[in-house]
Amino acid sequence: MRQLLDRDTWIEIFQSIRKNRLRTFLTMIGVFIGIYIYIGLSGASKGLDNGFEKEFESVARNSMFIWAQTTSLPYSGFKTGRQIQLKLPDAEVLRKQIPEIMAIAPRNVRGIFGSSPGLITRGLKSGNYSVFGDFPDFTKIATKRIYDGGRFINDDDIEQERKVCVIGERTQRELFDEEEDPLGGYITIDGISFQVVGVHKFAGGGPFDNDSDIFIPFSTYRKLYNTGQDVSWFTIAAYDDADVVKVEEDIKATLRRIHRIDPRDERAIGSFNLGEAFNRIFGFSAGLTFLSLIVGVATILAGVIGIGNILLISVKERTKELGVRRAMGATPGEIRNQIIIESLVLTMLAGIIGIIAGAATLRLIDSLTQGGDFPYTNPTVPIPYVVGSLFLMVILGILIGLIPAQRAVSIRPIDALREE
Amino acid sequence: MIEIKDLHKSYQMGSNSLHVLKGINLSVEDGELVAIMGSSGSGKSTLLNILGMLDGADSGEYILDGVPIKNLSETKAAQYRNKFLGFIFQSFNLINYKNALENVALPLYYQRMPRKQRQEKALKYLEQVGLKEWAHHLPSELSGGQKQRVAIARAMAAEPKVLLADELTGALDSVTSYEIMELIQKINDQGNTILVVTHEDDIAHMCKRIVYLKDGIIEKDEKIEQVRAESYV
Repeated sequence: MRQLLDRDTWIEIFQSIRKNRLRTFLTMIGVFIGIYIYIGLSGASKGLDNGFEKEFESVARNSMFIWAQTTSLPYSGFKTGRQIQLKLPDAEVLRKQIPEIMAIAPRNVRGIFGSSPGLITRGLKSGNYSVFGDFPDFTKIATKRIYDGGRFINDDDIEQERKVCVIGERTQRELFDEEEDPLGGYITIDGISFQVVGVHKFAGGGPFDNDSDIFIPFSTYRKLYNTGQDVSWFTIAAYDDADVVKVEEDIKATLRRIHRIDPRDERAIGSFNLGEAFNRIFGFSAGLTFLSLIVGVATILAGVIGIGNILLISVKERTKELGVRRAMGATPGEIRNQIIIESLVLTMLAGIIGIIAGAATLRLIDSLTQGGDFPYTNPTVPIPYVVGSLFLMVILGILIGLIPAQRAVSIRPIDALREE
Repeated sequence: MIEIKDLHKSYQMGSNSLHVLKGINLSVEDGELVAIMGSSGSGKSTLLNILGMLDGADSGEYILDGVPIKNLSETKAAQYRNKFLGFIFQSFNLINYKNALENVALPLYYQRMPRKQRQEKALKYLEQVGLKEWAHHLPSELSGGQKQRVAIARAMAAEPKVLLADELTGALDSVTSYEIMELIQKINDQGNTILVVTHEDDIAHMCKRIVYLKDGIIEKDEKIEQVRAESYV
């Protein structure tokens, strides 16, 4: 300890490091590359992680879509192949029976799944766009970013069956003039006049989203298209801590009960579990992080062993010098510590340079991928990982230094000084 | 100062045992300048190594300045070497990446002397060997004679009881050798005890006493009339 705090020790060490420039350089390269790869990889996987997160930030993580298909098993007197239709009251039952559900939004649509889109006209302009019947709760599951001044469908719209709509950016471009404020303006959807209350910014989270989608209140929709209690599909979000797979199973079981479907019928209720898909993606990036940890640690280990190796050679090279030091009164302990501290300094120096270079590379990659389609955002390495890797290097540097240090001590000064 | 009684040393060479020192008795007083002479294989280097605590004897007694030297641990030996002994080698053995001053200060470093004090003292000894202006030169920038002077300054820096010189002129031409011997004589004149191992007759005769070794025993041990080195220069 006394030796570690002594300025002279450091002067001795830096002298011997400086003297062997090439050796120092070669020694450090291994550890440098190791930590560089580790920082680079784990930063990249974190960037990927952030990228995915950003890509899907408009959709609740634990969300899923549930729709009805045809039965594949006969049940309760019904024959197989019966078309199931989800109904609006199903939502209420689900909400009551499955407490893990945070929000449930029944939706209807024209324009996808084979149905013809609505014909939208405004003066002389017209177009075919998908029309969605929605509840305000939908925004709890998939964030809709509305341009300033506008709003999404609200509870009053539903209650009073208002003829209001939220249109997409493209719809605005195609139906309105450039300087024209669409808010408060009127468009005609399949012959009925609707007032525009908002323009949504296209985010592109879900699979069917489009920049021309038109949202109208669910209650208005069902009057317009005479759909009664029918629901095309449910968009459901579970609480963050819920097990999405189990929630999905519970929902399906409940719906099977309501619609009198064989409990074993896997096909009658269709679903797409976004939460599960998310978990898989994030599992992938977690795996990547883990991989980079393994690769990084292995490379650091290889690098540190390289340091030990070269120090071993250098001890042999410096046999005479060490012998002289012993003759001058250096104790074996002092020689040992000197070699260990040298190993430690080399390891740490290489490690710190590696960390800096890794961080610089991450920054470079970040600036190169800005604004691109590649899901890669803000690649960072958590501080505990960096500190941890430094700590690892200290331990390994000391351990590996012990080998050449022991060798240095085992050289008897008389052998070291013997004339060749 | 040095008291040696019935010193034996043998080396194991595979199955053969080589008996190198076969009972050495030697007593060196304070302030003596002793040459140990002998042909190669006579055991003079072995004797010096034992005196220098770089090697242990098999049997016999070795007392240095009243301290019995026996069964020392490496750490203890290192401390004694630092305190009692100064080494001068044939090939100088300066540390090539340290300048003259730092080389001279090295034994003081291992005495844990503070840096500033160390450098002052080292400079003082460099001045004594006439190399004050060369203090900041690396060994590679010095001539052989200068290197040996630095080595002598280094050996003296720790103010040891005894200086041990192993063929200190072996790598030098005769003129430089005499200059070095002049320095050695000067140091001896100041009262330092010096042991010089050599096989050169003229060098040996610049000492005050010559111990002839042959086949591991002392053949002859005589005080001589010292030849002053300056008479050659």
